[in-house]
Amino acid sequence: MGPDRVLGEVVVMRINKHMKIHLPRMLIAACAPLLAQLFLVQPLRAEVDLSGSWASTTMGDDILLLTDFTGIPYNEAGREKGLSYSQSQISMPERVCSLYTQTQLFGGPFGLRILKQAGSDGKTVAWILAGWEDRAPMTIWVDGRPQVSQYAPHDKTGFTTGTWEGNTLVSTTTHMKTGFIRRNGAPHSDQATMTIHYYLHGDLLTLAAMLEDPVYLSEPLYWSRSFRKTRGNIDLLDGPCVQGDEGVAEGVVPHYLPGKNPFMDEMNKGYHIPVIASVGGAETMYPEFRKKMKADFVILDKCTRNCGGRGGPPGDGPPGDGPPGGGRGGGPGRGGPGASGPPAAGR
Amino acid sequence: MAALAGLLAFHVPVFAQAKPGTPIDFTGYWVSVVTTMDWRFRMVLPPKGDYFSVRMTPAAMKIANEWDPAKDEAAGEQCRSFGAAGIMRVPGRLHITQPDDKTLRMDLDAGTQTRIFHFGDWKAPGGAPTWQGDSVASWDTSGTGGLKVVTRHMRSGYLRRNGVPYSENAVLTEYYDLVKEKDGAQRIVVTSNVDDPAYLQAPFAGSFQFKKQADATGWDPTACSARW
Repeated sequence: MGPDRVLGEVVVMRINKHMKIHLPRMLIAACAPLLAQLFLVQPLRAEVDLSGSWASTTMGDDILLLTDFTGIPYNEAGREKGLSYSQSQISMPERVCSLYTQTQLFGGPFGLRILKQAGSDGKTVAWILAGWEDRAPMTIWVDGRPQVSQYAPHDKTGFTTGTWEGNTLVSTTTHMKTGFIRRNGAPHSDQATMTIHYYLHGDLLTLAAMLEDPVYLSEPLYWSRSFRKTRGNIDLLDGPCVQGDEGVAEGVVPHYLPGKNPFMDEMNKGYHIPVIASVGGAETMYPEFRKKMKADFVILDKCTRNCGGRGGPPGDGPPGDGPPGGGRGGGPGRGGPGASGPPAAGR
Repeated sequence: MAALAGLLAFHVPVFAQAKPGTPIDFTGYWVSVVTTMDWRFRMVLPPKGDYFSVRMTPAAMKIANEWDPAKDEAAGEQCRSFGAAGIMRVPGRLHITQPDDKTLRMDLDAGTQTRIFHFGDWKAPGGAPTWQGDSVASWDTSGTGGLKVVTRHMRSGYLRRNGVPYSENAVLTEYYDLVKEKDGAQRIVVTSNVDDPAYLQAPFAGSFQFKKQADATGWDPTACSARW
């Protein structure tokens, strides 16, 4: 007596064009609640294809001012480190060609190119977030390899592993060298760990990150950034960096001593944002901080620079008055203020 | 003991928890965390003419260039920044509840607004557009899944508090994802996309995060304001 005699009519369920399974109808009926739970409550564990080119939906930090640490939960050490930074440090001979760490994913204005790397058996070994001219590629190892030793060397790239939580890729990056949360010198330490969830909805990809840094942050820093799928080719690698003389003599480390940073009040000059906000701290992340600023805040009469409006996000679409898609962001910020208005940070 | 039970019953609505079978539980109190470079557009009132990162049409530019918060207040239009397409950018707290199987309710203390997400075959009642519009929700089965909410029929408002407009024909599409960290902390990631050919040359997209709170600490309903 076959199973169809016991459990009733056999139903053929097609899994895909190559596979089909035969199940007795009674068995399906009996398992329906369980199947529903599986589909509704526990998303199927499956790789979602993240590969392709993704244009940034925002312009990133191209108008970032020096000492803008707003919303960064710095402790005192983080704040002091940030305020000691001189933008001329990136013109030091040994730093001209230095890369940013992977945190630049959330600061830079660029789009993303994501590639899938398969092994000889066809299984995915890694997802690769292609590099920019100022950020090395991020290879997210999903082949189950172990975490490297805590004593392994750190570099700007760091070491990244990934796992699938349901349909969502989650990457964890450790072993980064000291770097920047923002390109204006807002620091993270070499003990920082960055966890990113990758959410795909239609043509939108959102990266939601948490940065934990026991040295410089009093609370985790949460970031998110969205990208839109594009048929354009996001390729932001440049030729090899050539070290040139950018005006900082060998052996000199440009910096500001405590309390001597001349750009402390740039956010106040530029946008009337008080110094208590621009120097960051956990409280600046939360809504109630607005009350603290309300009494003294006076809105600027009018935007005078970097005002946008017709420009588009970089990397896709027609040119506007925003920054170019592939070029370095920044503006007149290297080494000091520009010709007019508040100085911007970054290369 | 009876008094304590009564107090708890008053403070915890009976529909505070997600209904059984709900794929993702978004219920509870959540606080926005403003940490990215758009801090100066969200935490304070940005100056007139600061349209960075928004691709506006000439018609929108004309409206935004005439922005006058005093006029908005005088006209009773102080909630223009608190409509569905703009309010998730306004720093504040969310209180999400599930009154029944077909509804998610989101109360926001900023502007004292309420958004209702309708599941299933709900039909909009019609009538004049409202600040929060008509929101249809579904559990997204494409991509990485999550909650999808499409909102239409909104009263014209501001995407950014300095007068960057959206029209009554704008369509807001949002995706809600829940992040659960290893230490048990939870946060909502909202990916938002506004389509509005009348005022936007390209869709206006962005994402925001809200951290889960254990209780209603900090819940502070405040009226809409055009000046702050």
